[in-house]
Amino acid sequence: MKVRVKFSKQGVMKFIGHLDVMRYFQKAIRRAGIDIAYTEGLSPHMIMSFAAPLGVGLTSDAEYMDIELRTPISSEAAIDALNRVGVEGITVTGFWQIPDGKASKAMTLVAAADYTLRFRKGYEPKGDWQSNISHFFAQKSILVMKKSKKSEKEVDIRPMIYEMTVNAGTVFMKLSAGSVANLKPELVMDAYLQSIGVEPEPFAYEIYRCEVYADVGTEKKRKLVTLGSLGEVVKDE
Amino acid sequence: MRKLALSDEILLKIEKPARYIGNEVNSVMKDKEKIDIRFCMCFPDVYEIGMSHLGIQVLYDMFNRREDVWCERVYSPWVDLDKVMREERIPLFALESQDPVKDFDFLGITLQYEMCYTNILQILDLSGIPLMAEERGDGWEFPLVIGGGPCSYNPEPIAPFFDMFYIGEGETVYDDLLELYKECRREGEGRKQFLYRASQIPGIYVPALYEVTYKEDGTIASFEPVVEGVPRTVTKQIVMDVTHAPYPDAPVVPFIKVTQDRVVLEIQRGCIRGCRFCQAGMLYRPTRERSLECLKEHAYRMLKSTGHEEISLSSLSSSDHSELAGIVNYLIDEFRDDNINISLPSLRIDAFSLDVMSKVQDVRKSSLTFAPEAGSQRLRDVINKGLTEEVILDGADQAFHGGWNKVKLYFMLGLPLETEDDRKDIAHLAELIAEKYYEIPKEERNGKCQITVSTSFFVPKPFTPFQWARMYQPGDYLGFAKTVNHEIKSMKNQKSIRYNWHQADVTLLEGVFARGDRRIADVILEAYRLGALYDAWTEYWNFDRWLEAFANTGIDMDFYTQRERGEDEIFPWDFIDIGVSRKFLLSEWKKAHEEQVTPNCRAKCSGCGAARFGGGVCFEQRN
Repeated sequence: MKVRVKFSKQGVMKFIGHLDVMRYFQKAIRRAGIDIAYTEGLSPHMIMSFAAPLGVGLTSDAEYMDIELRTPISSEAAIDALNRVGVEGITVTGFWQIPDGKASKAMTLVAAADYTLRFRKGYEPKGDWQSNISHFFAQKSILVMKKSKKSEKEVDIRPMIYEMTVNAGTVFMKLSAGSVANLKPELVMDAYLQSIGVEPEPFAYEIYRCEVYADVGTEKKRKLVTLGSLGEVVKDE
Repeated sequence: MRKLALSDEILLKIEKPARYIGNEVNSVMKDKEKIDIRFCMCFPDVYEIGMSHLGIQVLYDMFNRREDVWCERVYSPWVDLDKVMREERIPLFALESQDPVKDFDFLGITLQYEMCYTNILQILDLSGIPLMAEERGDGWEFPLVIGGGPCSYNPEPIAPFFDMFYIGEGETVYDDLLELYKECRREGEGRKQFLYRASQIPGIYVPALYEVTYKEDGTIASFEPVVEGVPRTVTKQIVMDVTHAPYPDAPVVPFIKVTQDRVVLEIQRGCIRGCRFCQAGMLYRPTRERSLECLKEHAYRMLKSTGHEEISLSSLSSSDHSELAGIVNYLIDEFRDDNINISLPSLRIDAFSLDVMSKVQDVRKSSLTFAPEAGSQRLRDVINKGLTEEVILDGADQAFHGGWNKVKLYFMLGLPLETEDDRKDIAHLAELIAEKYYEIPKEERNGKCQITVSTSFFVPKPFTPFQWARMYQPGDYLGFAKTVNHEIKSMKNQKSIRYNWHQADVTLLEGVFARGDRRIADVILEAYRLGALYDAWTEYWNFDRWLEAFANTGIDMDFYTQRERGEDEIFPWDFIDIGVSRKFLLSEWKKAHEEQVTPNCRAKCSGCGAARFGGGVCFEQRN
């Protein structure tokens, strides 16, 4: 049985990198007694894949991983078991059965993500930095220099910004995510600050990921649905 | 949510912030208002090393079972954070509560190897605790600093930094010490009175209560208590019933990958072998086994509570456990479906172990390990390593036929009574093993064989028969390695043999610390002031800095390394009684010169003195 697990990463757990979160779940699954499936071969490992790894320093309520089970378990029992053996800061909030097959893999499905961004205490720019955001979002194109390992090139990030609003110092962004076109919220905010003449500072933002989406629409029209909604709750037999 | 001692800005700019945030699975949180004693347990090295240490996990669990104690952990901040903490004057904090170490009642520091000594000063310094115990006053402003672990069997080089040492195994008298502390605090007694009373507890050594005088030649003239009622001899504490000794059901599970990223099951304490270079083999006498039932239970509980995917059996010589087969078969049967790896270090290579290893690991990838320690039979007799060439070659032959083609060989260089020929014989033994492999018909072999020879430089340790030995000149050590290397290069199968050796200068310093006296503390302090830290790490090791520290303090390194000790010399560690008698060690030193071997404890009792603890191998039924 293939299942999708949703969990949050809060508090001090934001300092745990993606690979260590994976190690955390490998051990948590054993502690919870969930009968996970392993790959074949000489050094078997758990069948487990993560959607859109989160950077160190970010918090999130929408982390997803897909795993495969040897013995089915109800959503309620699994969530309960994983949280019972878990640590403060990591809470499993969803557990759904998903269809078999490659096309349903969380990793390949990711199309967009919601973030909120606030300034860390003491890092807030002076003056009114908020009121230009709607104007910034209304532009036809937003050119920024994107650095890669080899080169720097100018990219238009505007098509990858689906929403951007601000409310009482908290910036909300819906951005393109996933392997095709991934846009980081800090890059958008840096571009915005530069557009109003503010030099971005390192460590200035507190970023939180609220949701991750798949696109089930057509090429012409996006239709974003949460990764969790593609699965079904497993009930007790 | 817990509040951290370090800001987000700091945590995001240093390496591996997970080292400093606590919150690990099975770490213990308590309400500090509801406990009497706060104990901070420290391993003075980086988190990944410290978290791999079983002893702290045992004591952490044992202390936290008490309702009135909250035991927390602290490790050495890595150099990047060390710098930030000094610049921003951030006090060192414990991982669980994130509270300053200075606020604790006890700071317990485990002493696993000599090269961590400057890190002890780092811990004290960053905590804001005066480095010298005598500067900590008579009040309770600072935690009581207590040392334990193998290096506390000669605590003298670091004695001035500690209020006390716990000599022996932690499971025995800590409760007495904690109760005494509560009593003294209740009665409003001062630090000094507490320390005096603590010195009456067997196994507790309070260095400030002893005075050392020296002869003109620099050796010790006397080592005596200066206060009435303080014992002249401190007897090591030891758990006789290891089966029922406390053992953690739920060890702390780190988030980041640490050196020992697995469940560690200590199957026995002590070793029956009596190798003359080995300190652990003497310190932990008599050998005591945990029962099969107890081991099964611990293994099961720890695997379930940690979720680790590997379990490692720990002991000085696993093959000597009388029920090893039972343990290994249980682990294989019970955890087969959970893909739990079983790691079996310190196994003797024989038909049984090869059979077991072929079940628990991939033969093609894994390698066989032999530790002949010396290249020639003559020198193996000198060091009492009861491993013969025949046994090694036979083991290798069986393994090669079983599909293995990788062999690791461990040796020591710079042993007492070692000759040029002994060193060359290291190459010859490796060659003989390679030849064994190539005797197998080509179509039955699995490509080439790979033999890896590693040598480390020997350091004479207290409480061993070699405690009298002199070390070699600084320039000699690398020459020894070159001899081996040159000889290997002239072997027929040299292409199948790889050779690794260690740096040499650290060996001499280790030698100074291992058998040093109280005067050495000045050198350690001076080196720390000159910037020495993380001396166990090659990238931070700086011998010139240490030479400067010796020069500045006027202490002569050669006095500690280049002298064969006299039979009657008073050693700095003589005030400790480990059960094994000095008389026995001296007779072993003499037998080494005669190239005479001593049988292991199961074969024949040699009357070392450890039988007086009243248990273990000394009282096993013998056939």
